[in-house]
Amino acid sequence: MAGKAQLPTNSSALIAMIADEDTVTGFLLAGVGNVDLRRKTNYLIVDSKTTVKAIEDAFKEFTTKEDVAIVMISQYVANMIRFLVDGYNKPIPAILEIPSKDHPYDPAHDSVLSRVKYLFSAESVASGRR
Amino acid sequence: MSGQSQRLNVVPTVTMLGAMKARLIGATRGHALLKKKSDALTVQFRQILKKIVSAKESMGDVMKTSSFALTEAKYVAGENIKHIVLENVQSATLKVRSRQENIAGVKLPKFDYFSEGETKNDLTGLARGGQQVQLCRAAYVKAIEVLVELASLQTSFLTLDEAIKTTNRRVNALENVVKPRLENTISYIKGELDELEREDFFRLKKIQGYKKREIERQLAAAKEFAEEQFAEKVALQKGISVNAAHNLLNDAMQKDEDIIF
Repeated sequence: MAGKAQLPTNSSALIAMIADEDTVTGFLLAGVGNVDLRRKTNYLIVDSKTTVKAIEDAFKEFTTKEDVAIVMISQYVANMIRFLVDGYNKPIPAILEIPSKDHPYDPAHDSVLSRVKYLFSAESVASGRR
Repeated sequence: MSGQSQRLNVVPTVTMLGAMKARLIGATRGHALLKKKSDALTVQFRQILKKIVSAKESMGDVMKTSSFALTEAKYVAGENIKHIVLENVQSATLKVRSRQENIAGVKLPKFDYFSEGETKNDLTGLARGGQQVQLCRAAYVKAIEVLVELASLQTSFLTLDEAIKTTNRRVNALENVVKPRLENTISYIKGELDELEREDFFRLKKIQGYKKREIERQLAAAKEFAEEQFAEKVALQKGISVNAAHNLLNDAMQKDEDIIF
């Protein structure tokens, strides 16, 4: 069933980020940043020079890491690797699309929210039929 | 899909009929239970759907305030504050912990955030704008709170979605495949048993007919025999004198010792 990839209870896990510099700075200020022994960070700052390949790699790395529970990804970054984000369907780590400062948040693009909306409408249709 | 093609390959016996009936009862009970589970999950699922929609909307507001706070902090403390922050990253002080919630046998992961150890950014903005920096930090912690909540909702959503799909698949499989198949098997066995019974009945009838005919034949034979005997008797009675005389003679010969000749 879906619960295969579950974390053991009471273990602590990290929040990973793929976002623009300001957003990352803010969250780092809050204290989510982590640098492991190999000097690998749990966040990726996306700017104009970051390639899609790098984003893809970071996304794949964060979603396969065992100690990551949540991956926050700016929506405009998510749009760059939409095929990966949409293809991802594991419950853990959870993918969160967050708005960024320069790009307004569009709920239509959110992979989860679009499913939610779809189910909502499907269910209201189904309940209307009853 | 129809009729005889969809049944189990069994020997039509009474024992098998009992076993099939037991299985059908089991399947019916399982179906009812799974249906209940599916309903319970769906109720939960809808609640989560509503929560997700509202949380996603509130996330926008929270992110806006936190971005604004960061802008304020940058304005007061200078643009290079982000370099200080980026340099200061060592290990996470704000982490998430997951626990499980059990809904109708489905384990849903829930995330809680917690901070451990002291923050490394205490001295950030000591020169100027320290208050703004701390406010900004608080705003982002608040954002994390909402986001973690949203993440656990989303995880529950995905897990529940999967669980509901599996349960519904099972319900449908029981309802549309297993139960009709068992019912078909039962009716097949019943039909076959009836057929056997009819055959048996027919055979018994046939045997009965044979016996009847045999008895009639014997009766007729007996009657004939009796008649024959009767006729013989009559004939005997007619010729009784001869016989009787003979008998008398015989008797006389045996018993009467005095008679010499």
